[in-house]
Amino acid sequence: MKILLNNRKETIEPDNITVSELLKLKNFTWKMLVIKINGKVIKRHEYDLLKINEGDDVAVIHLITGG
Amino acid sequence: MTYPEKVRKYLKNCTVGIAGCGGLGSTCAVNLARAGVGKLIIADFDIVTRENLERQYYFLDQVNKLKVHALRDNILSIDPTITVRAFDLKLCSSDVIELFAGCDVIVEAFDKAEMKQMIIESVVNHLPGKPLICGIGLAGIGRTDMLKVQRSGNLIICGDQMSEVTEDNPLTAPRVGIVSNMEANEVMEILMSKFDNQE
Repeated sequence: MKILLNNRKETIEPDNITVSELLKLKNFTWKMLVIKINGKVIKRHEYDLLKINEGDDVAVIHLITGG
Repeated sequence: MTYPEKVRKYLKNCTVGIAGCGGLGSTCAVNLARAGVGKLIIADFDIVTRENLERQYYFLDQVNKLKVHALRDNILSIDPTITVRAFDLKLCSSDVIELFAGCDVIVEAFDKAEMKQMIIESVVNHLPGKPLICGIGLAGIGRTDMLKVQRSGNLIICGDQMSEVTEDNPLTAPRVGIVSNMEANEVMEILMSKFDNQE
């Protein structure tokens, strides 16, 4: 399936994987992340269940202390 | 009215919320004030310490003062016509929504990752359409070319999204200053994108 990941067009195999599977597949290993899908921030407890769909706009943001 | 006069008048009526008044927030607020933004809503629970002077926009005679009061004083010494609403408060999600709902743009300027997460979730999910500018990954020195902007709709992240604060990679005035000004620059771009020259 084709999705937008951090503003880049990506083809993801297989289709309909979960958020957790996408993070693993694309090597997002940072301990604290914000995941935004189609304009909504997804809660951490949803990562294992929520499926990514064709055409989804996914943003993965690292959270780091410092300011 | 000339173009600069119109811009000045327009910015005078813009409101920017700044969540956190440390290294990011204090410098960002001061430069928005200098750029002509007329209304600033600032929030922080902390007091100014001697160590803060290494990179935050405060002065020696302000040590032990509340940051929001010291920052308000500094903004007003640049331009006394600016309206500053200062909240001595450790923000929670409902505070963010209540205090910043009327702002044109919100700046995230917290220190802790958990607080950055809180404000991103609060604004994206509960104030849809409200621009939120965050500063993430700014510790250390050098590596200026690593500092970037990630845009996702109304959520904009400034910083390298990598650099953690450690003993041998502390926060420093120049790099924090760059990111705070990246945030201020994004605010200006958003505000000016809504400016109508015909009005």
